Amino acid sequence: MALNLWRFASPQVIYPIAGRMAPMFMAAALALALAGLYIGFFVAPTDFQQGESYRIIFIHVPAAWMSMLIYVVMALWCAVGMIMNTRLSFMMALALAPTGALMTFIALWTGALWGKPTWGTWWVWDARLTSELILLFLYIGFMSLHAAIDDVRRADRAAGLLALVGVVNVPIIYFSVQWWNTLHQGASVSLTRAPSMATTMLTGMLVMALAAWMYSIAVSLIRLRAIILEREADADWVREQIAPALRGAST
Amino acid sequence: MEAVLDTARENRTGLAGAFVSVVQRDLLLAVRRRADVLTSFFFFIIVVSLFPLGVGPEPNTLREIAPGVVWVAALLASMLALHRLLAGDYADGTLEQLVLSAQPLTVLVLGKILAHWLVTGIPLVLIAPLLGLQFDLPGDALAVMALGLLLGTPVLSMLGAIGAALTLGVRGAGGLVALLVLPLYIPVLIFGAGAVSAAMSGQSVEGHMSLLAAFLLFSVVVAPWATAAAIRIAME
Repeated sequence: MALNLWRFASPQVIYPIAGRMAPMFMAAALALALAGLYIGFFVAPTDFQQGESYRIIFIHVPAAWMSMLIYVVMALWCAVGMIMNTRLSFMMALALAPTGALMTFIALWTGALWGKPTWGTWWVWDARLTSELILLFLYIGFMSLHAAIDDVRRADRAAGLLALVGVVNVPIIYFSVQWWNTLHQGASVSLTRAPSMATTMLTGMLVMALAAWMYSIAVSLIRLRAIILEREADADWVREQIAPALRGAST
Repeated sequence: MEAVLDTARENRTGLAGAFVSVVQRDLLLAVRRRADVLTSFFFFIIVVSLFPLGVGPEPNTLREIAPGVVWVAALLASMLALHRLLAGDYADGTLEQLVLSAQPLTVLVLGKILAHWLVTGIPLVLIAPLLGLQFDLPGDALAVMALGLLLGTPVLSMLGAIGAALTLGVRGAGGLVALLVLPLYIPVLIFGAGAVSAAMSGQSVEGHMSLLAAFLLFSVVVAPWATAAAIRIAME
């Protein structure tokens, strides 16, 4: 029997699946974060140039990676929603946006904390910092536009179009800012050449990156469930199956 | 081309006829409501004039900040003018008729953007060298500034049109447009202001100008299409 993937485009089908998957991803996130922090703080050696302050990269770099990845994934769901006209895709995009904004904010904040002892300043108008700040603006724009439109269907499509315009613009903004000014060190990790850092540091960072993935998936699924309930409040399956159970749990 | 446009103007038929009609209509409306147009023009002049008062009249400082100040003011002025582009037509139903028309909405939108730029962008290009003189910019930098604005302001109108279309009939549209559009304006600002700075330090401006021209061509292709899609979303 062929597996019908379209089944998973239905909020009714996804709601219980997301409910079962979210705790698993959350547990994985916790375990990986504990392991990553242990490697980062106790196993990884002290950097000979930056001392102990470099250890913030175990949070900073995964958050920065996630901030960019989540925007692309969000735009992808918006594109799927626009093309296939599926409601769930837009709900996914909406569920991802706050996590993306949070990751962007963490990347900026930890970067400032790291910049003070290392560069001697909280903030510089450097290419990467500036483009990360602009990314935060794009997330905020997406969420504000969605929040400003009452009709959910229109809000989904308008915010989706904005996300797509943003994703076309992100490389342009990134390169223009890069040519404009740069101080941030180049990427230490790349797929094409050997990493320029100790193996344990790299391991710690990759484990933390995986933890960030798991966390982002878990909270997005939890948020997705909330969005589904909110939008499908009048659907039969919510009224008959979910609402009584929720009411029972609260009393 | 001219002959085609002439016949189109007479008959008002076909794609070119529709395009010309939209441009003519919007220009006529702008002429009838001059105050609307002049607001963003004077806004531009006032914002630029505020900086010497805030920063102080030291000529070397002024010369250094002039490119950025003029460009940021141009960004803000062109953003301020965006509400004129679609909101009025949305309120009185004209936009709905454009969506229903037999001609492709993308082309009609391009006409509206062109008319909007002729009315709000061109005045900025023309007055900017005069404002640059107040900041003691040398002659070649003034020419570069005007040329940069000539290439850059249409890009601002195009990107702004997307924001204006997305916020049609939305609560607090004015502030929201700023939030949506200003981050997208950043590349134009960087290379527009960069060209003037490069000209002042005696470097070649060809790279900056080429990139501005590239943004212009890219946005001509993409922006009317995205704006038309956003208008359709608002009309549903």
